[in-house]
Amino acid sequence: MSTETQTRRERSASTRRPWSRDRVETLILTWLRWIIIALILIVTLFPFYYMLILSVRPISSLLQNPGALWISATEFSIDTYTSVLQSPSDGGQGFLIFMRNSALVALGTVFVTLLLAIPGSYAISRLQFFGRNKISALFLAVYLFPSILLAIPLFVFFTRIGLRGELLGLLLVYVAQVVPVSIYMLRNYFETIPTSLEEAAAIDGASRFAIMRRISLPLAMPAIISNALYIFMIAWNEFLFALLFLVESRENWTVSLGLSQLAGSIEIPTTVLMAGSVILTLPIIIIFFAAERLLTEGLTAGAEKG
Amino acid sequence: MSMNSRKASEAPARRNASVPRTRQKISPMAKAEQRAGFTLISPTLIIVFVMIVLPILWTIMLAFQQIRLLNLRTAGIFGNYTVSNFTEVFSSPGFIEALVTTLIYSVAGTGLAILFGLIAALALRKPFRGRTFVRAATLIPYVAPIVAVTFVWTTMLNPQFGIINHWGTEYLGWDQAVPFLSERQREVTFLGLTFTVPTALLTVIAFEAWRSFPFAFLFLTARLQAVPASLDEAARVDGATPTQRFRHILLPQLLPTIAVLSVLRFIWTFNSFDDIYLLTGGGAGTEVVAVRVYNFLTARGDIGAASAQALVLAAILAVLVGVYLKFFAKKEEVG
Repeated sequence: MSTETQTRRERSASTRRPWSRDRVETLILTWLRWIIIALILIVTLFPFYYMLILSVRPISSLLQNPGALWISATEFSIDTYTSVLQSPSDGGQGFLIFMRNSALVALGTVFVTLLLAIPGSYAISRLQFFGRNKISALFLAVYLFPSILLAIPLFVFFTRIGLRGELLGLLLVYVAQVVPVSIYMLRNYFETIPTSLEEAAAIDGASRFAIMRRISLPLAMPAIISNALYIFMIAWNEFLFALLFLVESRENWTVSLGLSQLAGSIEIPTTVLMAGSVILTLPIIIIFFAAERLLTEGLTAGAEKG
Repeated sequence: MSMNSRKASEAPARRNASVPRTRQKISPMAKAEQRAGFTLISPTLIIVFVMIVLPILWTIMLAFQQIRLLNLRTAGIFGNYTVSNFTEVFSSPGFIEALVTTLIYSVAGTGLAILFGLIAALALRKPFRGRTFVRAATLIPYVAPIVAVTFVWTTMLNPQFGIINHWGTEYLGWDQAVPFLSERQREVTFLGLTFTVPTALLTVIAFEAWRSFPFAFLFLTARLQAVPASLDEAARVDGATPTQRFRHILLPQLLPTIAVLSVLRFIWTFNSFDDIYLLTGGGAGTEVVAVRVYNFLTARGDIGAASAQALVLAAILAVLVGVYLKFFAKKEEVG
């Protein structure tokens, strides 16, 4: 209410006194800013640093010195990685097989989702048809729906038709979950591309399919790539449905499920499982840093719509 | 969203087109466009319908049936419908407690995540050397696989060899290691006053804030970039101090984004299963409804009761969000 008079008073005060509120605040905030930046870096990166150093230490050295923040050359060993990757028959944990499963499901999900989402998003952004807005609303609702509610009937259904324990069943569930988000993101991008190019091609006699393939698809490539990476990350990280569907068939476990299942066991050293965490995290970090700009733009694409 | 109703409404349109002098004349091109639109969207619609809409409807039916995993094969679609699942759920010990826990967890988790996201966005607002790296690093907790980060947290907080407890006992003068994830509550003396705090619940809330503050950071950073610099400059010329400029210039600009973020984060935290299941397994006073549903489904095989609880969760969520959106939508119109 009285801010205006207050600020005016403040201003006249600042010209008189050297330690005005403005100067004090600016000084404090400048320092505070650097402290906060340092804190952000520590808080976000430390757990991953801790993961990395634990993954190259033998468990005995961790138990002897739990507070160590670096590794001496004598401690360093990558036995943890060979142990976690080897198949159980060779005395390992079989993460190589888990990685293959995760990669199969994630890449399959990306492929099928894009196959559905590219034409779907094109239709929603470019073509007038009955029920278009209702379909968009349905997709948004699906996106926000509790997945635990979905877990029950799918669990029951897949148990009944015998698809539980199969990677294919998991892939179908993932596709259904991400296709609405994918269409939403791609649609937002299509709407930023002017239609004039497509209209010009139509006048030149190109068919609708030819327009899609030759004009719209190349134009939307950046969005499609970032979308593919986003879907890959979701499918690679997913845990709940993998747990519900695959827990009884170890040969089909994904990396996430494998790590979570083995984490409870006492026989497997924590450092070996840390190596497993690094293996699980590394692909995501690589993708993220390679395509950070693309991804963050995709993530906030819906933000401005409010 | 039934497929039939759409086909039915398409048919008269086609008839109208052949007859002139009708209310809405649809050109052959528009008709072709309609058909193309349906063809392109229908595979998606079918998979969403089969894998999401039908299962949800089925959950509603399951919630009113006495079905267990054991008698699943013999139970039909038209079994005996009953509300006994709901009476059982509401009278069973722990359900109301789980609901309250879910609510505390989501409100505190959402609030802290947005607060930290806002602080981070403001701190990284002005450019400096290495800002791009700090920004990218900030997002890592959000994109990293949940199983890996919960495993690191449980290791860090481990009472025997976790680094937090090691430092705490070594340098901070803790009497003994704190079992952060398996202790229901503890007495904490602060400034001469003794409080009872729910240890495990606070730990999972802290995890949730750590995990999802990058999401808030990302949205708020995007919004901050869109705030016209002239506003800030004008206030500066008028002699507004930094905190005043934040309170009266920036905050009003950010409020709509904060509102959207609150809704989104609240919905996701309210439903979340992974974080708590992986950190505590729902023990030590951290059992949220989603974890409880999972336990009913797998450990007890009680499909009916699990469905009923999931439905209650969804209904409460729908009501809360509905009320909020209505309130929020009205405010938008005025503004």
